Parts: sequence; C-alpha cells; structure tokens
Amino acid sequence: MTIVANFELNKNRLANIRGRKIDVPGFKAPVLKRRSSAKNDNFLGWRRENGRVGVRNHVLILPLDDLSNSACEAVANNIKGTLAIPHAYGRLQFGEDLDIHFRTLIGAGSNPNVAAVVVIGIEDGWTKIIVDGIAKTGKPVVGFGIEGVGDIGTIAKASYVAKEFVQWASELQREKCDIGELWVSTKCGESDTTTGLSSCPTVGNMYDKLLPKGIHGVFGETSEITGAEHLCKARAATPEVGERWYKMWEAYQRDVIEQFKTSDLSDSQPTKGNIKGGLSTIEEKALGNLEKIGRESKYIDILQPAETPQKGPGLYFMDTSSAAAECVTLMAAGGYVVHTFPTGQGNVIGNPIVPVIKITGNPQTMRTMPEHIDVDVSGILRRDMTIPEAGDALIANIVRTSNGRLTAAEALGHREFSMTKLYRSA
Amino acid sequence: MSAPHLLVHEHGDNVGVVVVEGLKAGTKMLCVVTHDNSSFELTANADVPIGHKVALKDLKAGDTAMKYGQDIGKMVGPAKKGDYVHVHNLKTKRW
Repeated sequence: MTIVANFELNKNRLANIRGRKIDVPGFKAPVLKRRSSAKNDNFLGWRRENGRVGVRNHVLILPLDDLSNSACEAVANNIKGTLAIPHAYGRLQFGEDLDIHFRTLIGAGSNPNVAAVVVIGIEDGWTKIIVDGIAKTGKPVVGFGIEGVGDIGTIAKASYVAKEFVQWASELQREKCDIGELWVSTKCGESDTTTGLSSCPTVGNMYDKLLPKGIHGVFGETSEITGAEHLCKARAATPEVGERWYKMWEAYQRDVIEQFKTSDLSDSQPTKGNIKGGLSTIEEKALGNLEKIGRESKYIDILQPAETPQKGPGLYFMDTSSAAAECVTLMAAGGYVVHTFPTGQGNVIGNPIVPVIKITGNPQTMRTMPEHIDVDVSGILRRDMTIPEAGDALIANIVRTSNGRLTAAEALGHREFSMTKLYRSA
Repeated sequence: MSAPHLLVHEHGDNVGVVVVEGLKAGTKMLCVVTHDNSSFELTANADVPIGHKVALKDLKAGDTAMKYGQDIGKMVGPAKKGDYVHVHNLKTKRW
C-alpha cells in the first residue's frame, strides 16, 4: 500500500512502466502562502558582478579538455553543491573549431547562472585562456593545470578552492529583477506535427509578449529552417540582416550538406522520431519550427555558435546544429539563462547550467511520459485552449522556474553538455 | 465546439493533421481550420495515427503538398481525398 500524509494521491494518473499500467502517486501540494507573481512582471534572480542576472547559482568545475573530466568529477564529488560538466574534446583542435571550443567553455563559465568557476586542464596554456575569458565577467575563477602535478595533487588543490567558492556562493541572495532582464532561448526537439500546431506557436506567443518588455531571445537550428528560409529571411529586422542570414543558411547547405551527404538526408532530417510523429519532409518540419518566433518578432542580428549578443534586447538567430544538446549548450554559452523547449514525441533533454522548460501539445506524449513535461498545451489540439492562453501559461512557468522551481529535466538529472565539433582534430 | 479530429492550418492547404488517438477508417471527422476556426467534415479512408496527415482533396504524383499555406514537398504517389499522406507518398523537394 501507499501511505500518504499532507498531500493527496492522484489515482487517475497512470504510468506505463514495462508495459504495465500502474498508479503513480500524484502530488497536490499543501497550500502554502506564496509570493504572488500574478502579473509575471518580475522574478527573483542573482545579480552578478557584470550586472547580468542569473536564475541559478552554480559553482562549476569546468574541464578544458576530455582528459580533465576525471579530476573535475572527483572535485565535484569531494565538494557538495558544485557541478562538474564533463565533455568530449579539447585537444589538438585548431582554427574555427578551436574558437568554438574556447567560446563555448568561456561562455558556459561566464553564464550568469554560474557564481564561480574552477577550471582544470591538462596543461596551463589553454587553461589560462579559459580562466582569462571567464574572468572578464568579474566573477571568481581559478585554473589548474594537471601536468607536473598529477590528478591527485590537482584534485586536492582544486577541492580547497571549490569549497571556498561554494560556501561563498551559498550566501549570495536573490533579488527582485524585472522580467525584461531575462535572456530566454528556444529550440525544439523530437518534433512532430503537433509542435507546429501547438507548442512552437506557444513559444512564439511568449516571444511576442516578452520581447517588447526587453528580454533577449534567440532561435537557431540552421539546417532545420530549410523549406522555410524565404519566411525566415523576411523576419529579419532589416534587409541587410536578412541577407546576412540567407548567406549563412546557404553556406551551410553548400559547405556541409552538399559536401557530406550520402542520401537525401531522409534518415536524419527529419529524424526517425519526427517521421513516427507524422512529419514527412524537412519543409514541413521547418515551417513548424519557425512558429517559435511568433507573429511579430523580428531578429536583429546573427550570432556565431556560442557568441554573446552585443546589440541589446531583442531576438537573435544563432548559427547552430539542430541536435538538441549541441544547440542548447551553444545558447547557454551565449549567455541565455532559461531555455524553452517545445517537443512533440517527447525529448528528454536538459542542460547543466540552464533550466530547460519542456512544452508539449501532444496528448499521447502527455499521457505516456508526463514526468518530462513542464507545460501541457494539449488543450490547443482540442480547441479548448487558445495560443495566447498557452503563451501566458508558458510565461507563468518561466517566472516560476526563474524564481527557483526545478524543471522536469533538472529534477530528473538531465545535464547534457555537448560540444559542437566542426572537423577532425589535428 | 466539440473536439476536432483533424486540424488544418490554412484554407489553401491540401493536407490536414489528425489530432486524436486511435482514429479508425470510416470516421466522419470534424475538421477545423485554425486560421479562422471554420469547420468542415471529411471521412477518413484509413486508420491514421495522431499527428499524421490526411489528404483534403484528390492528389496525384507530382502535385505539391500544401500545409501552413506553404509548399511542404511533392507527392510521389496518389492520395484520394481522405487518404493517409506520409513518407510513402510524399517526399521533400530539397537535398
């Protein structure tokens, strides 16, 4: 039997586990006096040394390279409340590929959701590049090179500093911030036809409402605009920005797709999951994807992968892969602090630095994997919820998440940190 | 309005999306155009899973499939009004 106290068991919720339908204890929370955020005009965040506002307060243990993952994970195990973000790569890269690697690591450490950073690398030279890059934010950051010291000595030294950092960070207080100070990114995944009908327009409605309030927004997924490129080009704030966007999109088609494809990409874009969800072509997928920028929003600049926006509040396009973890990692490195992620078939992605809010309009996904979804907009398909109502529900969830509510992905421990790799290392 | 079986983005579209689970062949579907909430009826000729598409008019190989009021690819096989449309009869014009 199940024994409950101070909450209600919801017996109508069924989970499908190994083919068996079972009762899952739902949770209707005890009624608490809570801060009213009915207007959703502000939230409580951490203001960092450079003035930016974060919604999480991580102390990162950041490896420069794959070889240093082990030491970073050991430090994070020693010092509770710190977070190691292991990743592949970081040796013998060069040119633009190395630039993206550095920009991604510096950007991750610089993100306002991060209070302080310990960097560990196999050698001192590149480790210092990451430390110096993050130091520009004014936040505490320290680096250690392993060569000549070994893992154990490095772990010991780094652990002492990490302990000081995490105790310092734990005393930092949230303060009231205007919603316009949020940087909100978007990218969808495991899309199907319901995302274009419901969850993507929900994000679009959110942008139409919050961009005028001064937020920074960003969308990307260069390959996945294919079929809607004429519409995307027309959504640039000026013809010049539209031309630059179009050249970037064309370059990807020419330099990557045409160079490396062995088929018509029907096994990759759309994905098997997309096809199972009813999407038949890249054009259909792209048109649904583009619903994420709403009806009125126009993008003001094009960002390189992991580049920080420099033109002030507004919507940006970042040149990214359409793979979920790679894209969200790049947007987090660009400085975005909350991610909105529409899904149809049920993508489970999270990110170590940025809370990823999942939105679905697919009632089947809501029924089969509800533990992954933060905002249910399946009412749109039944025509008992409008897009503006769904947009308001998403904004309310963004504010609650910014105030500290854990997303489904955070609660489930999803911390996908995936580096974008352009070509083989030397 | 009762919950629709099929949603269509725009009036110019020639395919719509099933939005209920377990749709059976022969179902007289309530179809809604989301652009203006206008509705019409159409009989499904096949069992079509949720999220998958149905032809709104007779389509033949070579025709352009329209959704969102836009080109989403070319028909590579025929689909009668009410038939299932997916990768077996619809293909990208790209790549």
